[in-house]
Amino acid sequence: MCLAIPGKIVALVPDQPHLGTVEVTGVRRRVDLGLLQDDMPVVGDWVLIHVGFAMTKISEQDASEQMQLLAMLGETEVAMEEVRGYGFEGVKGT
Amino acid sequence: MRFRDPQIEMAHGAGGKASRRLVEGLFAPLLFESSRAPLGDAAHVRISGSCVAITTDSFVVKPLKFPGGSIGELAVNGTMNDLAVSGAKGLAMVVTFVLEEGLPTSVLEDEVRAMAAALHRAGVTMVGGDTKVVERGKADGMYITTTGIGHLMPQVTIDTRSVRPGDRILLSGPIGDHGITILLARGELDLTADLSSDTRCVLPLIETTVEEAGPGIRWMRDPTRGGVATSLNELARDCGLGIVLSEEEIPVRDEVRGACELLGLDPLHIANEGQFLAVVAPEYADAALNALHQAEGGENAFIIGEVRAEPACAVLVTTRYGGSRIVDMLVGDPLPRIC
Amino acid sequence: MRYVDEFRDPDLITKASEEIYRLADPERHYRIMEVCGGHTHAIYRFGLKDILPSNIELIHGPGCPVCVLPMGRIDDGLAVASNSDVIFAAFGDMMRVPGTHGSPFEHKARGTDVRIVYSPADALQLARKNPDKHVMFFAIGFETTAPSTALTLIRAKAEDLKNFSVFCNHVTIIPAIRAILDSPDMRLDGFIGPGHVSTVIGCRPYEWIARSERKPVVTSGFEPLDLLQSIVMLLRQLQAGEARVENQYKRVVPWEGNRAALKVMAEVFQLRPYFEWRGLGFISQSALKIRDEYAEWDAEQRFPIPGTRVTDPKAAQCGEVLKGVLKPAQCKLFGKECTPERPIGALMVSSEGSCAAYYNYEHRKAAAALVTSISSVA
Repeated sequence: MCLAIPGKIVALVPDQPHLGTVEVTGVRRRVDLGLLQDDMPVVGDWVLIHVGFAMTKISEQDASEQMQLLAMLGETEVAMEEVRGYGFEGVKGT
Repeated sequence: MRFRDPQIEMAHGAGGKASRRLVEGLFAPLLFESSRAPLGDAAHVRISGSCVAITTDSFVVKPLKFPGGSIGELAVNGTMNDLAVSGAKGLAMVVTFVLEEGLPTSVLEDEVRAMAAALHRAGVTMVGGDTKVVERGKADGMYITTTGIGHLMPQVTIDTRSVRPGDRILLSGPIGDHGITILLARGELDLTADLSSDTRCVLPLIETTVEEAGPGIRWMRDPTRGGVATSLNELARDCGLGIVLSEEEIPVRDEVRGACELLGLDPLHIANEGQFLAVVAPEYADAALNALHQAEGGENAFIIGEVRAEPACAVLVTTRYGGSRIVDMLVGDPLPRIC
Repeated sequence: MRYVDEFRDPDLITKASEEIYRLADPERHYRIMEVCGGHTHAIYRFGLKDILPSNIELIHGPGCPVCVLPMGRIDDGLAVASNSDVIFAAFGDMMRVPGTHGSPFEHKARGTDVRIVYSPADALQLARKNPDKHVMFFAIGFETTAPSTALTLIRAKAEDLKNFSVFCNHVTIIPAIRAILDSPDMRLDGFIGPGHVSTVIGCRPYEWIARSERKPVVTSGFEPLDLLQSIVMLLRQLQAGEARVENQYKRVVPWEGNRAALKVMAEVFQLRPYFEWRGLGFISQSALKIRDEYAEWDAEQRFPIPGTRVTDPKAAQCGEVLKGVLKPAQCKLFGKECTPERPIGALMVSSEGSCAAYYNYEHRKAAAALVTSISSVA
């Protein structure tokens, strides 16, 4: 139920609008885009593939934001330790 | 006889646990009872004071031709490689063909030419053979069996009993190319990729390794069906020690990785036809690796792990961030999954 | 971005693990359930338990469609396949699952035409290529997979392809979660919510868990950083005494779900009044059946179905392990009569079943002295 992989749309089939070719690090597969008919992807879009069907588009912005959040993990604590080092009492963590 | 399965299934030929059950439970007790040595890639036979290595392998592959090779090439390289990883230089081969009625002669000729070319590249002679023809619908076109004999290389002794904690695991190159190429070539999964079988005779690379590190080589194997995971699990079982691999060091091509991710497969379980594993004493390991890097076809060799006392009889794969998992042999062929 | 490697960055993983150690209250024992079998598999595959503090207990939930499939349904599907002109097509996951008279592969060895397909679309293609045979697609999966089956049926009907049918075993996730929460033996602090099911149903369906059961739910991705970040988010909520639904897998899961996917499901499927789940018993409104408008493509209407019911051997404790009440190693048959080679229950056959995952990836680790730091290998 859960194996779904990100892949990039590299081609669409001209006479069959619900079909596209997706690439996952050099491996290509014909994929049915019918579940995305409310917001059809274009060549270059990244989609999540499950059993040969595209399930959603992948949002690059959300992914980048997430990477930023992850990179910041623990940094709040480091900043707080620095502040505590100044000797203020009763400073609460965020 | 301890083999309890009521019938033979595909899994029994896949090189994994089911194959092992068949060999250990049926063939060994009934056929190999007088042989005491653990089953390896080739057997050693004493003939008038001389020791020769002998091995046999059958080749059953669909489709017969695939990117990077064909059944004929596999048949020559596979047997040469089995001899080479047993520390033997192949000298002569015999071949049997089981041909399907209706097989176009041009197909047979192509395969025989491919075999001739592979024999020439490997420096080994075909000295005889046999042919049978079976009815249309059997033999998938053709089945080929090759049997090879060779001289043992004096500088190396393969013995699982000599494996020690601290020994390094050497891998000659990227894994999974052959198995994934075949899977894609069958066309059932509708995947395409720029990928070819890695089939080749690894004898030259092994000779290089032996020249550089002979006294330090404990064990070698060619990870064919069942992949690196199966070969190393067999080693771990046979020597009673543990193998710990470092995931980041294991070379895998992007295309193989992509196909494995799409299908839910692990590259460690996928067949290779042009690679070998070697367990090398630590004081020889770096020299062996450097020698391989200088040799043609050895540029992508890596030290992928080492032998440890624990986890005994198992293979553990570790990651840089400290996570680990056991990698076991599969029951049968790796199956694509969706869950 | 490749959307995979970035979420496996070892340095960020170490950072996330450290944050979890920092956040986890040493006086507390956290019981967090990951519902989805894919998450179970990811946890083991990436060795995440090695980098979590010991007071965070991850409990494996019932989100494994192979594991909850009653053996009788496999028998029924194979009964149809025993007709010589039927091709039984299914995902690879099904091939070694034991039925009463053997698994699909064992049937194949005895002459049944059994084929592995990667996609229901491939099963449909098999039907197009084999007009003199009937292709029956044995469909399994939760809401992640159901829309693909639905769309395939829509395409089959549009082409009026007569030699194709679906034997539908699709189930829905919410009733399974309810069954867990209703179980008196279960005490949970929060949920790692399904990732890919949520791309279809969205996050709203989990709101009752937060509201009525007062337990936080974080829908999570499947890479190591996804799972670790989800645990961070759960811990933060638990620390603050909150219970909300949060979406960690934002890059892929839309809060409202996939309307087009839900629409095709509604067009093709309706809910069965009840359905038997292996290990959980009969649950009402928990499984999908093909609507009458698609009756011609419903294997249960095209073929006589024996309606086999098989009770699991009493000694097999699949139900308790499925509900997370028992750990795999606590089942009396684990590792002895029941192994991946000779599975008694589906939890040992499915690659994401907790028993198989534990057996394959973990249990020999526990028996040996674990190496936590890796000496230089190169």
